[in-house]
Amino acid sequence: MFKPTNNTQVAVLVDDVVKQFNVAAVPVWRKLIRRSHQAAENGNSTELKARRGKEVITAVDHVTFNVQQNEIFGVLGPNGSGKSTLIRLLSTLLLPDQGRIEVFGLDIEKNDMQVKRLINRVSVDAAFFKKLSPKENLLYGARLYGVSGPEANRKAKEILKRLGLRESSYTSPMEDMSRGMQQKVAIARAFLSQPIVLLLDEPTTGLDPRSKLEVQAFINELRDTHNATILITTHDMNEADAICDRIAILDEGKIVALDTPDGLKKLVSHNGQTPSLEEVFMQLTGKELVEKDDLTDFVPEKVLA
Amino acid sequence: MIKGLQLEFRQSYAFIARNFNLVKRYWGWEVVWLAYSIANALSVTFIGAGAGEITGQTDIDTDFLITYLLIGTLVWRFLASIFNNISEMIAWERWEGTIEYTFMAPVRRFNQMLGQTVFAIIYSLIFTVIIGAVVASFFELDFSEADLVSATLILLVGSLSFVGIGVVASILPLLYPERGAQMTNIVQAFFLLVSGIYYPISVLPKWLQVLARFSPATYVLEGMRAALLPGTVDKELTSFVWPLLLMGLVMLPLGIYLFQRAERYTKRTGKLKRSG
Ligand SMILES: Nc1ncnc2c1ncn2[C@@H]1O[C@H](COP(=O)(O)OP(=O)(O)OP(=O)(O)O)[C@@H](O)[C@H]1O
Ligand SMILES: [Mg+2]
Repeated sequence: MFKPTNNTQVAVLVDDVVKQFNVAAVPVWRKLIRRSHQAAENGNSTELKARRGKEVITAVDHVTFNVQQNEIFGVLGPNGSGKSTLIRLLSTLLLPDQGRIEVFGLDIEKNDMQVKRLINRVSVDAAFFKKLSPKENLLYGARLYGVSGPEANRKAKEILKRLGLRESSYTSPMEDMSRGMQQKVAIARAFLSQPIVLLLDEPTTGLDPRSKLEVQAFINELRDTHNATILITTHDMNEADAICDRIAILDEGKIVALDTPDGLKKLVSHNGQTPSLEEVFMQLTGKELVEKDDLTDFVPEKVLA
Repeated sequence: MIKGLQLEFRQSYAFIARNFNLVKRYWGWEVVWLAYSIANALSVTFIGAGAGEITGQTDIDTDFLITYLLIGTLVWRFLASIFNNISEMIAWERWEGTIEYTFMAPVRRFNQMLGQTVFAIIYSLIFTVIIGAVVASFFELDFSEADLVSATLILLVGSLSFVGIGVVASILPLLYPERGAQMTNIVQAFFLLVSGIYYPISVLPKWLQVLARFSPATYVLEGMRAALLPGTVDKELTSFVWPLLLMGLVMLPLGIYLFQRAERYTKRTGKLKRSG
């Protein structure tokens, strides 16, 4: 198995990556009544040619960053800003239209098999064979990574116990479990393969506060004992603040800031007051307040008056 | 080297174990499907039993006709089961949303298909043997002169090309999550029509006869009938094995190649994603 040697190594390299999608186009009549400056803005995205009746959207727009080995790297951003797309690119589930992605110097396209051995991913949707039990699902997942059945079984029980999953749930169908419980199994699935780079797409969404902390402790532990590198997206600012060494903020596919949590706070602080990460997020993604102009679009005049 | 082999073996085994678990968890569905298949096979074989009465002729060799139809229906059940198992593997994972996790794992498509094929063959054999035993118990058939070894050999060689065709068909649900699975039924219908399952292909119009020569099922059926109904065909059994081997050798690598192309396409266009 691949063992990186020194700790200052770049674990994940993302260099000028662009990912675009064809999506169903806005009908012509709606385009016509759009404001003209918006039309001008959209006019210059020409990298991917739109198919008929389709429109090109740029989900990840010239993104560049490095994650050092052993780092916990956070990616924050509003809905639709491209976080999941970025994670999918790193997990070889999407191919970049432009740019280069490497995991420990291995190109994710040319050396995809080697890269796949090093990574695993947890995503918001805990996708499983719903009729199969956690045990059956986890053993399937672990075997794909070459972990033997008995070993996977032992580890899975251990992880799920720590996450507070009932013993009896382990062998009954997944569909009988709550969403949060399923999410815990999803986390176990990723940890079972002992990834050296763990990609976490909102891993704690839907978990109760205690389980959230337990997952965070797990992430830290994996980093410390297994020398793992973690890339995590979350909508929980406290979580990001607590565990991330550095944070990138994405907006409309572009990185608008990248720094340590403290660095980010300094960036937007004024009158010497330290803002919370939430305030940083609001400010940097330009959605901190609703302008009166915007309100008039949907609120009757007399309400505002 | 040993470790590498162990890894690959575990990966293929992962698919076999998973599929048997699915069969176990959906057992009710399996029972229904088995009952349906038995009823279907029986109703076809009864046509043979009723041939005399239907036509009003008394000199029809009913036992022969029953055996002829029974072979047809069993071979078809078997090959269709192989085809379905393979072509549905992607549709199923899309439905559950697990496909991203399977595709993200360091598994070569060959190992995945290998596991899926081993499962499909074991499952289909058990399934077909049960149907065959039930249907045969309704009639008194004499298989004393049948060459069962050659028949099994032909069936297994023939199933390889159906694995290949199944892999090609599984591309449809990969590209079209909703309609893809239905489209594979059309592929199946085509083979049902042209392969001479319940009739000799010589009764088909000329153009369909040409297509029949491209269906591996045609050779499987002719070969099986030659082996199980002695005296009907005076060709060497190997003359059925060669085309099947050839088709298998072409279809399997072609299937995996096309599948990988399709996989790349879905990764470029973002078609794998269903939610999140
Ligand atoms: N497979 C796809 N096909 C078409 N469009 C896609 C696809 N995946 C993402 N998109 C689009 O790309 C943009 C970014 O989506 P993405 O899922 O990466 O956002 P996100 O930052 O993860 O949002 P959220 O916080 O809601 O999870 C969105 O406009 C989305 O509609
Ligand atoms: Mg997302």
